Amino acid sequence: MNSLDTAKIRADFPILQREISPGVPLVYLDSTATAQKPAVVLQAMQDYYNTSNANIHRGVHTLAEEATAAYERAREKVAQFIGAASAREIIYTRNTTESINLVAATWGRANLHAGDLVILTEMEHHSNLVPWQMLAAERDLRLEFIEVTVDGLLDLDCYRALLEQQPRLVAFTHMSNVLGTINPAKTLISMAHDAGAVTLLDAAQSIPHLPVDIQQLDTDFLAFSAHKMCGPTGIGVLYGKRRILEAMPPYMGGGDMIKRVHLRNFSPNELPHKFEAGTPAIAEVIGMGAAIDYLQAIGMDAIAAHDHDLIVYALERLEEIPGVTVFGPSAEQKGGIASFTMKGVHPHDVAQILDREGIAVRAGHHCAMPLHEKFHIPATTRASFYLYNTQPEVDVFISALYKVFQLFG
Amino acid sequence: MEDLYREVIIDRYKNPQYRGALEPNDITFEDDNPLCGDHIRIDLRLGESGRIVEAAFDGHGCAISQASADLLIESILGKTIEEVRLVKKQDVLDLLGIELGPVRLKCALLSLKVLKAGVYGLGEASDDLIEV
Repeated sequence: MNSLDTAKIRADFPILQREISPGVPLVYLDSTATAQKPAVVLQAMQDYYNTSNANIHRGVHTLAEEATAAYERAREKVAQFIGAASAREIIYTRNTTESINLVAATWGRANLHAGDLVILTEMEHHSNLVPWQMLAAERDLRLEFIEVTVDGLLDLDCYRALLEQQPRLVAFTHMSNVLGTINPAKTLISMAHDAGAVTLLDAAQSIPHLPVDIQQLDTDFLAFSAHKMCGPTGIGVLYGKRRILEAMPPYMGGGDMIKRVHLRNFSPNELPHKFEAGTPAIAEVIGMGAAIDYLQAIGMDAIAAHDHDLIVYALERLEEIPGVTVFGPSAEQKGGIASFTMKGVHPHDVAQILDREGIAVRAGHHCAMPLHEKFHIPATTRASFYLYNTQPEVDVFISALYKVFQLFG
Repeated sequence: MEDLYREVIIDRYKNPQYRGALEPNDITFEDDNPLCGDHIRIDLRLGESGRIVEAAFDGHGCAISQASADLLIESILGKTIEEVRLVKKQDVLDLLGIELGPVRLKCALLSLKVLKAGVYGLGEASDDLIEV
């Protein structure tokens, strides 16, 4: 195992001290859905409310100045965290879903017309599928999908063939929330650009777990949420290349996104405010900044290595259990996500029994119904790992699965 | 608050030296601060040597935005366009001699933003102009 000091890390997360029932500690294996929050993130938000709470940007009083400074400082942190050229390329949204919807509603409506091709993949979360279906219905677009192989990888031959049809946009997930597959984003993006397409990378699962460098990836858009990276819910990010964001029409109308307003017209504000109408989630933005500080202090490389060690171990142990099938590629090509079925047992029953043992996993289609259709399964049970999980927790999980097997076997 | 409203700022606000309009002019530009509605227009006249021989501003807004414009105009008289392009955010803050938070900074730097958009011949002012 690598050198993450999990005992020290676990002490940073108050929720990890709780028991699900007397004597049964929480084993949280659902970070892919949302990560737990360290005390420093909660404290940063509480400090803001206790000492500096004020609306941002227009006020001239001390609290407003402090709130504005903290809000914009977090934007600098985000920019630095992903390697953006400027903080003005960082747009605050509610979450990954809103970031993608923003692109569909503004860039999409301005640039996509009848017959235009949008390439997605068969492994997309509904958030990177439904917005494009909605726009396709409105604009009569063509949607095509890079197929997923039986190993849970994207079929690059299929992608190459689709690229020959002059796509306008290629939008795909960096890391599958079901299979755990880490897609070769840099290559896929570069191929899309060669074909003249704009790219959108859904980084909801990759940003919390891997070092992500915008300059290296060169994607046109990137979307992620704070809550999966130890930050609060209700705040997400859309990164966009400056020239593309500049050319896009605004998203929602209202306060803060305007430069001038007359009774019958308005002119939009500069980036990034052009896309941030209304009072934003100020405390959550500050919480996200604290989460970035926290993750960076530990190190994204170290976190990725820790996740990798856990998934290697978990896959090894899962193979021991009769009737268990794990979906997705080998540990070398995936993050810390194990979605599996157990023969003769419905995933909901697996999850229910694991809960009795204090283990939190997720059961269902994980907002990726088409992918489950592809594998001819209605649902899977998903265990996912993060920086606070340990090898002994994997052992608890495996022992509990044996109990499920015995109960139903 | 004494700091923020130094005598020079109140004085320049009440009795600006360079408020007005130049018609005709060689360069003119105007813009707003969307946060509070401050407005500044700057007109410049160039001499045969290419130096700024006359300059004026007009507009409305808080004492900081208007005093900053007046001080900035004074500081660029006699300079070439190339020299004005090199004026930095800190130069304006030094003229004002005060420390400002992020909200009031926008007020203080509106005139610099307008001036720079003018001397660069831009169609639109951008916050990039006052980032350094």
